[in-house]
Amino acid sequence: MEITAELVEYLEKLGRIRLSEDEKDRTQSELASILGYIDKLGELDTTGVEPLSHAIGHVNVMREDEVTNGDMQEQILANSAETKDGAILVPKTVE
Amino acid sequence: MTGEEILKMTAAELGRKIKTGELSSEQVTAAYIDAIKAEDGKYNSYITVCDDAAAQAKEIDEKIRSGELTGPLAGVPIAVKDNICTKGILTTCASRMLSNFVPPYDATVVKKLKDAGMVILGKTNMDEFAMGSTTETSYFGPTVNPCGTNKVPGGSSGGSAASVAADLAPISLGSDTGGSIRQPASFCGVTGLKPTYGTVSRYGLVAFASSLDQIGPIGKSAEDCALLYDIICGEDTKDQSSVSYDGVNVENVTGFDVSGKKIGIPEEYFGEGIDEDVKARVMEAVKSFEAKGAVVETFKMPIMEYAIPTYYIIACAEACSNLSRYDGVKYGYRPEGVDNLMDLYIKSRSEGFGMEVKRRIMLGNFVLSSGYYDAYYNKALQAKALIKKAFDEAFEKYDVVIGPVAPTTALTAGESLSDPLKMYLGDICTVLINIVGIPAVSVPCGNDKNGMPVGMQIIGKHYDEETILGFAANYQRG
Repeated sequence: MEITAELVEYLEKLGRIRLSEDEKDRTQSELASILGYIDKLGELDTTGVEPLSHAIGHVNVMREDEVTNGDMQEQILANSAETKDGAILVPKTVE
Repeated sequence: MTGEEILKMTAAELGRKIKTGELSSEQVTAAYIDAIKAEDGKYNSYITVCDDAAAQAKEIDEKIRSGELTGPLAGVPIAVKDNICTKGILTTCASRMLSNFVPPYDATVVKKLKDAGMVILGKTNMDEFAMGSTTETSYFGPTVNPCGTNKVPGGSSGGSAASVAADLAPISLGSDTGGSIRQPASFCGVTGLKPTYGTVSRYGLVAFASSLDQIGPIGKSAEDCALLYDIICGEDTKDQSSVSYDGVNVENVTGFDVSGKKIGIPEEYFGEGIDEDVKARVMEAVKSFEAKGAVVETFKMPIMEYAIPTYYIIACAEACSNLSRYDGVKYGYRPEGVDNLMDLYIKSRSEGFGMEVKRRIMLGNFVLSSGYYDAYYNKALQAKALIKKAFDEAFEKYDVVIGPVAPTTALTAGESLSDPLKMYLGDICTVLINIVGIPAVSVPCGNDKNGMPVGMQIIGKHYDEETILGFAANYQRG
């Protein structure tokens, strides 16, 4: 798997991350060495093996939809950088 | 009793002396807070020290005197890894992203500690978002290994292991996604348990890779780990992946007899790339079990070759999804001077995350991206099925499987930061356990030629913590 500068840029975009020029170069060579190793997995014969997502085998655990937290508006808003009138403030989304 | 004597005791001993009134929680807590203030400048094992620890202890002492608190660790102080939410106490995940985050709630495990009458001393240092094996990726600077100050403490729960090794906490909580409790315990010469997936609630644990993450104890002995594990385990409606589980009988652990038990030794755990001193110390420990009547047999586990690729695909895929919540809006780091919402997301994440976290987000997005999903992510889930099968077969024959925790003893500081692949390869002995969801305990078993601790890993069946902790306690009893 060849890691190109374009692929690094595509991954930045997917992850909403912007790297500096230095970081881009480093990332390109690091991803190449990591994926070069990971590609080893291609050698493993997995013909007919069902993918396993959960080792314990839990499915669809249900509970009643009840509010148990109580009112924590103040503590929750305290963690946001900007708030106004009990709401979280973000930059304008529509021009 | 002097402060120094208090600091040398195990959590179990402290609990017993507090119960009989020989010591008070206030006395013990004060000894630890004094020690942290005097010594932690050298180790940087804590990010936050709780300034209300003395007040917590006073309240607990009253409840012990009135008979309201009777548990084995009532009054004993504890250090908590900084990715576990503590109401009203900074929980940073060692990241700039959460450097100002004060949770409005307690993680279920923290609530259980409080209900058991334990005093929270502070929050321990770690690799940023638990991504790393050295505690060098922390935004708050690296932790130093108390056994050798030019050595890393391991990671990601490096602060939790170092605080116990340096006598700055009698016991601590860590979290283990691919070895993050066991490997630092091994590097620092303390005991650490990665429990069966689902037996400890993850509610309030900042998510890294949800199918692999598990909270567990780090302590000075297997008995201490068993006592703390028994407090924190149990089903929780707030974590749908948690399971109904009764806990361990600590007397069965401390009185465990290994005679007649079967130990499997996977050849690959003693193969190429594993340090000779590490192999020798672990095999000496295995021989000591054999001398007590255990039956030892070697077997092959060729799937181990695919452990690292499988683990890093699954862990990074889950991490990139879990970390998408950090957008600078509701909580966490938000930069100044942003133009629009997209700019807010990108700047918050680019400035808030360190390089190792960014690397794993990008790797995760790659293995999940259109065109590569089947070749990487789906393939890893197939490998996971084969890895589980290999362990299922081993446990049909053996009560426990034993190998090293890590290929080497603690690395020299700075060695692996420049080469991420090299750091990832150091996880070869631990990651399989998380993929299968089984429990394993890291037990100190002597030193290498430079005097650094070696850890033996005792691996068990799902829900069989009693047996692996029993083996560990039996070894420590001598």
